[in-house]
Amino acid sequence: MTNKHASNLAQRLETGLFTVTAEVTLPDSIEKEALASRAHILEPYCDAINITDSTGAVPHFSNIAAASILIENNIEPIIQFSCRDRNRIATQADVIGAHAMGVRNIFCVTGDGVQTGDHPEAKAVFDLDSVTLLTTINHLKTTGKFLSGRELDSKPDFFLGAAVNPFVPPFEQRALRLLKKHRAGASFFQSQYCFDISRFESFLLLLLELTNGSPPPVLVGVGPLRSARFARWLTENVPGVAIPDHIINQIEKYPEKEQKKAGIEACVKIVEGVKNLTGVAGIHIMAHDWESSVSEIVEATGLTKTGRNN
Amino acid sequence: MNKVRLLEFTYLFCLKILSLLVPVLSEKRPFIGFMVASEKALKKPLFGCQMCGQCILHYTGMVCPMGCPKNLRNGPCGGVRSDGNCEIKPNMNCTWVRAWDNSTQMMVFTESIEEIQTELDHSLSGTSAWINELGGGK
Repeated sequence: MTNKHASNLAQRLETGLFTVTAEVTLPDSIEKEALASRAHILEPYCDAINITDSTGAVPHFSNIAAASILIENNIEPIIQFSCRDRNRIATQADVIGAHAMGVRNIFCVTGDGVQTGDHPEAKAVFDLDSVTLLTTINHLKTTGKFLSGRELDSKPDFFLGAAVNPFVPPFEQRALRLLKKHRAGASFFQSQYCFDISRFESFLLLLLELTNGSPPPVLVGVGPLRSARFARWLTENVPGVAIPDHIINQIEKYPEKEQKKAGIEACVKIVEGVKNLTGVAGIHIMAHDWESSVSEIVEATGLTKTGRNN
Repeated sequence: MNKVRLLEFTYLFCLKILSLLVPVLSEKRPFIGFMVASEKALKKPLFGCQMCGQCILHYTGMVCPMGCPKNLRNGPCGGVRSDGNCEIKPNMNCTWVRAWDNSTQMMVFTESIEEIQTELDHSLSGTSAWINELGGGK
């Protein structure tokens, strides 16, 4: 096995360097360039880029194809795998295929229900859950064997991540759930959108207590709201996103033309509020269909590549 | 005694009896038929049992995780609504919010909810969970 594709993300997080990741919006396109051009906007500001897996139960560009295009462009992907569309056979086949394409960072999520998306009549799979998805891929990684026991020619070198959502019930269980995923094989975590710093702090305190002060790396999910209307749409339509009213009201104070700026300001405030907390390993920016905002957020918070590496 | 503890007590009682009976009788067809029928008859009305054949009720606060529309057996997804209801069925309490609440009320199995549950074996669907657990057979 070559080290050509070794995970830079793993290296950064293991050495405790503040890390910035971002999510690229997968285009509804049949051309490579449509994705590459979006990824290139993010690349100068982040250490790795998340590729979603038909997020919101809406079919988008294939995650493995998208990750391969990023690798061709010398950009490190974090590929998301959900449990909604693949059973354990397809999952194992796809992750080893992805490894062959150079993918190392795999982010395991349960996935949104099909009812959320634009094909609510589809059959949801959920053969695995996020924890057994982790144990399955971790099994491939540690034993070099499929769940059936059949052997691969060598052990894949995956760096596994998982999601955490401290902002929805059952709040008291979220830190324990993170640790369950950690035991199942997850080495890093990215959170759902954080719009509530105090809620995140209580979660972090409990996590620090449960891990005697050394939790696995957690990247806080953040994102700019481009308008008050978008914020409401997000809360109502994207499962697990909780935006406190005061944030939406703050943005709504501005005329519609200036709401984008207010949304970036609100996001910058959240990043400033979380970036120095003990237990925060970095941030994960989800700027849905608004890649250009990432540079503004990163620059305003002093988290450019030069800024955060010093 | 509250409902959760009563169910837990009943589980422990059944475990005692069945761990004597099942190893002896698990190969006998009438006994298998009796177990499948009685599990269907009792666990369906009580827990909404779907006969997955791998019962983990005592790990999950005596709330059947198969009632989760995503069949999650290791904890809640990230889509739980602010009011504690399900992402997919907005009028239903999240199975895992209930499981978590109930598990804190249990006597013996409070922390069992933190154990990792292995992936479901779909080939056991429709069989007796008690026989699968205590009789060692598919």
